[in-house]
Amino acid sequence: MLFRKGHRRKIRLKTRIMDGLIMLILLLIVIVTIYPFLNVLAISLNDANDTIKGGIHIFPRVFTLRNYKEVFKDPILITAFINSVIRTVLGAGFGIISTMMVAYVLSRRDFFARKFIANLFAITMYISGGMIPEFLLIKQLGMINSFSVYIVPGILGIYYIYIVRSFIDGLPSALQEAACIDGANDIQIFTRVILPLCKPVMATIGLYYAVSHWNSWFDTYLFNSGESSLTTLQYELMKVLNNSNTAAAGHMLKMKQNAQNVHAISPQSMRMAITIVATVPILVVYPFVQKYFVKGMTLGAVKD
Amino acid sequence: MDGQKLKPDKKPLIKIIIKQRYLILMVLPFIIWAVIFKYLPLWGWLMAFQDYKPRAGMGMLDYPFVGLKHFITLFKDPMFYNVMRNTLGMSFMQLFIGFPLPIIFAIMLNEVKNIRYKKFIQTSTYLPHFVSWVIVAGIFTTILSGDGIVNELLLFFNIIKEPVSFFSMPKWFWAICTSAEVWKELGWNSIIFLAAITSIDPTLYEAAKVDGASRLQSIRHITLPGISNTILVILVLEIGWMISIGFEKQYLMGNSLVQDYAKVLDLYVLDYGIKLGRYSFGTAIGIFKSVVSIILLYSANKIAKRWKGQAVI
Repeated sequence: MLFRKGHRRKIRLKTRIMDGLIMLILLLIVIVTIYPFLNVLAISLNDANDTIKGGIHIFPRVFTLRNYKEVFKDPILITAFINSVIRTVLGAGFGIISTMMVAYVLSRRDFFARKFIANLFAITMYISGGMIPEFLLIKQLGMINSFSVYIVPGILGIYYIYIVRSFIDGLPSALQEAACIDGANDIQIFTRVILPLCKPVMATIGLYYAVSHWNSWFDTYLFNSGESSLTTLQYELMKVLNNSNTAAAGHMLKMKQNAQNVHAISPQSMRMAITIVATVPILVVYPFVQKYFVKGMTLGAVKD
Repeated sequence: MDGQKLKPDKKPLIKIIIKQRYLILMVLPFIIWAVIFKYLPLWGWLMAFQDYKPRAGMGMLDYPFVGLKHFITLFKDPMFYNVMRNTLGMSFMQLFIGFPLPIIFAIMLNEVKNIRYKKFIQTSTYLPHFVSWVIVAGIFTTILSGDGIVNELLLFFNIIKEPVSFFSMPKWFWAICTSAEVWKELGWNSIIFLAAITSIDPTLYEAAKVDGASRLQSIRHITLPGISNTILVILVLEIGWMISIGFEKQYLMGNSLVQDYAKVLDLYVLDYGIKLGRYSFGTAIGIFKSVVSIILLYSANKIAKRWKGQAVI
């Protein structure tokens, strides 16, 4: 297996070039991924009248906080923000507790109804009533125009039950057995042994729930659009987006923008500012929790 | 195999219930929840076979039974075929383009030796997965607008003479949706493939190198076969989900001009079922969707079974 020196150098050069090419492509992908966020940020920090001239990339040309001031002055947007926060916190909290309880019970091999209940939940992942029956159910339960419609129907994410159960199955059974011998009942085993050990997976699914709630807009649209005090941040953003889309379709964007020249703010600048406000919480939390998200994915994969 | 009673001496049921009362207590509220919110709506399927126009004092079973009338109406509606074309068309496009790309991305990422670069690339590319479709739709609207970066680049390289108004061109809509989906999920979808790649025995690579294999050959003969199981599982699941492509991005990025290409099955239900109050009709569409989904999942699983010799699900 002796290579001539020249041959070895040729191989090394070829490897180097391939490495470089790969890095270049990956870097390009990163740029394509990140640029739009920077672009939105720049526009949001740029004076509306100046933005119309176009050409804003990742730095604002005429810096202003005016767009954000307008956003935080708007009572509907403030309500939306508060609702989103409350909903995210409550939804994640209840989600964690409920998922933990169900997953624990299902992890107990000796539970008499284990298979039956596991199947009960599993089937719901494949068969669904459909939009209409679910809509009518909410209506008949009187949950239209209520805050509870954000929390109750979606309190459990079925898929997460299995992620947590996988995790619990991975815990040494000796711990549960020891607690049992010490006379602990099932609830005590749950709260004193299982829960403390499950902190990582609780963080993971908690974050999944939180992101899901923070990003929700369709349920607001479907159920609560009649009650403005129940609006959510993404829903408000969606409304602003819809207005822009309608304008763009009619080739009226240019005209509208000229008309907006009189005002210091434009729908687009507002939209950018709201977008940043809706994204920042995720961005802030993201670097710290990224590893939990990734672990959750691979945990789920192990189960498959 | 009865996995429920582990003790050889059969205890009477009531004794078991008392012994495991706390477990039952912990799970009971959620069983009730599942029954109400997941199983009760299935009763709603009955509506598809009735003429359901909600009136006070009428129970579920009081409405006139009309058999398959709504399904026939559905299959006679030309809009239905348009919608199916859109739904399946976009799903296929998304599958052809969006399925291989995360795999290629994972393979490339695996070649990066520097851990810092690798983490940086991963952190950046996972990000779009966590923002909402509302935000992504807004981003794409901005990027593809008349004075957005895409048009700017196209003009700069003289590929076009005037800015293109992407969102007013119906035939471009599928490409836009696919691009948005890929942009949002490329990084995230690659996680599972990356995990699969790292679980391949590294000595295989060493052996190949000793035998003089090039990087490309290693990938072809070690990496790809090594993750072929994962690829198959994900592929089968994706095919099963083809009819449930969802509606968020189509709704958020669509407008009146592109409806011919933008209306997917769920939007069809939204428009006819909920907005027009044709509950029976909308439910029929929902049932159709569930049935097709199950058929797709089952068929894909069967094909995979025949090919690989083991079932995926």
